Amino acid sequence: MPDIPSAPSTELTTGSSGQRLSAEDVRYAATLTHLSLTDEEVESMRSQLSTVLDFFQTLQQVDTTGVEPTGSPTDVRSVMRDDEPTPSLTRSEALANAPHTEDDYVRVLPVLGR
Amino acid sequence: MTSGHILKTAHEARELIRSGNVSSVELTQSVLDRIEQIDGNLNSYITVTGGKALERAASVDAAIASGDLDGPLAGVPVMVKDNMSTAGTLTTAGSQILKNFVPPYDAHVIERLNEAGAIIVGKGNLDEFAMGSSNENSSFPPTRNPWDTTRVPGGSSGGPAAAVAAGEAFISLGSDTGGSIRQPASLCGVVGMKPTYGLVSRFGLLAFASSLDQIGPFSRDVTDAANTLSVIAGHDPRDSTSSLDSGGVDYAADLNGDLSGVKLGVPKEYLVDGIEPGVRAAYEESLKVLEGLGASLEETSLPLTDQALAVYYIIAPSEASANLARYDGFKYGHSSESAQDAWEVMDMTRGEGFGAEVKRRIILGGYALSAGYYDAYYKKAQQVRTLIRQEFAGAFEKFDALVTPTSPTVAFEAGSRTDDLLAMYLSDVCTIPVNIAGLPGISVPGGFSDGLPVGLQVIGPQFGEQTIFNVTYAYEQATEWHEAHPSI
Repeated sequence: MPDIPSAPSTELTTGSSGQRLSAEDVRYAATLTHLSLTDEEVESMRSQLSTVLDFFQTLQQVDTTGVEPTGSPTDVRSVMRDDEPTPSLTRSEALANAPHTEDDYVRVLPVLGR
Repeated sequence: MTSGHILKTAHEARELIRSGNVSSVELTQSVLDRIEQIDGNLNSYITVTGGKALERAASVDAAIASGDLDGPLAGVPVMVKDNMSTAGTLTTAGSQILKNFVPPYDAHVIERLNEAGAIIVGKGNLDEFAMGSSNENSSFPPTRNPWDTTRVPGGSSGGPAAAVAAGEAFISLGSDTGGSIRQPASLCGVVGMKPTYGLVSRFGLLAFASSLDQIGPFSRDVTDAANTLSVIAGHDPRDSTSSLDSGGVDYAADLNGDLSGVKLGVPKEYLVDGIEPGVRAAYEESLKVLEGLGASLEETSLPLTDQALAVYYIIAPSEASANLARYDGFKYGHSSESAQDAWEVMDMTRGEGFGAEVKRRIILGGYALSAGYYDAYYKKAQQVRTLIRQEFAGAFEKFDALVTPTSPTVAFEAGSRTDDLLAMYLSDVCTIPVNIAGLPGISVPGGFSDGLPVGLQVIGPQFGEQTIFNVTYAYEQATEWHEAHPSI
């Protein structure tokens, strides 16, 4: 596991100026989501997403004290099927799109040893 | 002349097959000819499966002749958006990360189309992973609007909308996370319908935002949309959010032109800042038409409408950042060749394979979900989502359906919003609240402004599909907008 840096210390501000993203914030989110970004991408995202975060400040106008969050829009609960074996993909079908395979396995580069 | 049939509705085409005037093979060939003729200008299709389609049409013709196959889509050429898995046929989601991905299984909706005898002629262009409002985020050449090819078709289901408008398919399927069916339907002058969350199984749909995504049809009239929904709706144990009491409904059976006693709400917040005068004029004209059909209309207020866009752009990227974690370079899709270890494979595969908007939303979602910000963004958005649902529920105690514009503008010029993220996001301001609350919504042709189509949106309560089909069918009978076709 590569080192994951701790979150930048930026405090969330809720004033009219809204939240400004720093380059460190963008790089932190990129680490969490395993996304390599060029310096140019970091800079353009910092600027564009700061505008979007400013826009999110509109939600602070809404009083949500005591309001339950909605995770799914309908009252339908997750429906579990019976836990019984059924036909599924064959091994060759499941591996057909893997970039690298060896015998009946997906082959990956070393995980350790960085 | 077979080529004269390509702009008919699917039910008209089905009648021609039934009466022996045309075969499914001939109809399919005329659609393939049309694609060959115009798709170089439109880019509606990422993949055309002509050979498979003709073979399939021949077997469907035989099944129809022997009486083994009937129903509204038997023999009808259709297109599906390229984020729905098709066994043995390339499925890209408009992304370079999946440019060579051939799924080993069919999505639920593909199975349903095949069982109904529909002929799938190819896969429709889209904004990458359905993230966009103009099709300009596709990593393939972007779809253009058949009414004016300097303009966008809308998005993210731009290909499916443009194809139905231009005669490159009779029906298509799109997906709608924040308006991705209704907004392009509006901009391309066709019918586009997003069902209630849970009515259509998403098994085999490449996930974007799982609490919002829903599959639905594009068509040239309301009857075709109703027939197509009847084919694809129904419980599927492979989607845990699939509604148990759905399916088996013939939505087209009792459509009629009478709206006596129907109560329609007109929410004033949907006449947003920036709505074009021509769109507003067409909308107000449509309200008069509905009143003339016997409906009672009353202005109402949904004050939280303004908050829905912010709620959406927190929840959708958050869910996307988790859903798109599966593209790691190991199991399928692009894999970076320059990485030195497994972690780098993940980071670099994703850096190389995803386009700019997808990366932005992954970062935005990862940020909103990260420790310290979760409560301020994600949880807050989910709480406001509850209030938006309650606001709609209150409106539906009083009204059978709500009537709004679909998009504040007609189709815009390609490139005109690509540098302004918020302007692009505002394209969906009238459609997003519907997904937030899991409601059904439909956009139908509702007039023109400067020669470009304007859409009329009708929103129903959860599982109120029949109501919104009835309202829009009556409107369609009283207007001729759906009979206009682009001259491409």
